[in-house]
Amino acid sequence: MVNMVGEMLSYPFLVRALIGGMMVSLCAALLGVSLVLKRYSMIGDGLSHVSFGALSVAVATGWSPLAVSVPVVALAAFFLLRITENSKVKGDAAIAMISACALAFGIVVTSLTTGMSTDVSSYMFGSILAMSRGDVILSCALSALVLCLFVFCYNKIFAVTFDESFAKASGVSVKFYNILIAVLTAVTIVLGMRMMGAMLISSLIIFPSLTAMRVWKSFRGVAICSGVLSVLCFFLGMVLSYGLSIPAGASIVLVNMAAFLLFSAVSRGLVFVNR
Amino acid sequence: MNPFIVCEHVDFGYEDQDAVIDLSLEINPGDYLCIVGANGSGKSTLIKGFLGLLKPTAGRLTVSEELRRGGIGYLPQQTAAQKDFPATVYEVVISGTLNRRRNRPFYSHTEKNMANKSMERLGITGLKKRCYRELSGGQQQRVLIARALCATKQMLILDEPITGLDPSAIQDFYSLIRELNQKDQMTIVMVSHDVRNIVSQANKILHMQQRALFYGRAADYAGSLAGRKFMLTVHGAGKTE
Repeated sequence: MVNMVGEMLSYPFLVRALIGGMMVSLCAALLGVSLVLKRYSMIGDGLSHVSFGALSVAVATGWSPLAVSVPVVALAAFFLLRITENSKVKGDAAIAMISACALAFGIVVTSLTTGMSTDVSSYMFGSILAMSRGDVILSCALSALVLCLFVFCYNKIFAVTFDESFAKASGVSVKFYNILIAVLTAVTIVLGMRMMGAMLISSLIIFPSLTAMRVWKSFRGVAICSGVLSVLCFFLGMVLSYGLSIPAGASIVLVNMAAFLLFSAVSRGLVFVNR
Repeated sequence: MNPFIVCEHVDFGYEDQDAVIDLSLEINPGDYLCIVGANGSGKSTLIKGFLGLLKPTAGRLTVSEELRRGGIGYLPQQTAAQKDFPATVYEVVISGTLNRRRNRPFYSHTEKNMANKSMERLGITGLKKRCYRELSGGQQQRVLIARALCATKQMLILDEPITGLDPSAIQDFYSLIRELNQKDQMTIVMVSHDVRNIVSQANKILHMQQRALFYGRAADYAGSLAGRKFMLTVHGAGKTE
């Protein structure tokens, strides 16, 4: 295994994928804690489909993929949040509708222009070749930002996640934090989806926090554990993908899944021991 | 002492809809005011007004300087997401001190002490490290009250606090609130459906239907027209269920 990792590190594109991907998984996991607990998991899924639509347009027109999709997805994040908050519309149905539409739009645009090229299929299922130097720098900057947010605004994030009404009454700008988290999630998804694939990126957001919640009983514990776990699972997934020559996105999801099952078993075990 | 909150002919509304019309009332230190009324009668809107989250569309709502400085402890309705939230009791309680600290990122000693005292006051110090989602409904309620006490020394606002509690927890809850009101001189404003108990607990009652149908001493409420009608419908509905 050590030899294999050493071998992987000799390929510059794999080093980029590892660094960028670990940064993205760290962001996704931390943001995911708040999203999952607020019952906003579907937003991650919706955003990845919107991101696919935006990327197909970018490919078709030849514009820079990031420049097109980051603003579009950030806008979509903003919009999806509004839908979820507005109780008049059934939030989950609306999100499902929007993500299907974005996906369909992307497919139509692509088949009318370039045809279903390898580019688009790699957006669907991910490709480790996707991380460019610029992407790596951007993902490092993003994760620095997310880390700062979680360290310095930790108490406010806790308050907003646990009880929006109370946080509002305490003078915390709930709207600001919701939008900030949604926009950071949007950027995370755009950066991560070309590697993980539009179909699989939402697992990076949802899995680590769900797994951490099996065992940890404090918010702090869940946040820290899911961050560490996510990076670890990503790394193991990459090694597995290299060793077995399977697509990275899928192998990372399976490693996350295994971690979830392991933690569930541990939590069952703890209950049993405590009895 | 000056009243904490004074409303003079206050209206509240959303977009083109009036939620509260022409309401006048006074909340004095030491009051135990209960707000009753059917769903959609403007109770929660009024509370948002007290908390400063909504501005009145007409009339005047004055919050005393003293109350503004000392803060209001708010106990919102519980959400479904909270029921299985992974957080320790301590984490929840200390988040109540958030209104004292504008932009400092971490909790100081003062705030940690406040959280500890508040847990002691409610007899939940033993639960400090327990997970919020593993507690019973009554214990969760105590944690949320401890959190609200961190935010204030003078006034608690409770929005439908007994929803989802079992009968013995409800009695516990009422005696706790009465104790806070009488021993700790805490001013209480409570929104509730539980009219039968409320009449014996509160000292003032506001019955709303956009406008105030009744506002006065709790002892007079049972005899008033609004009170008799409301108690009849609430209890009648309870029996047929």
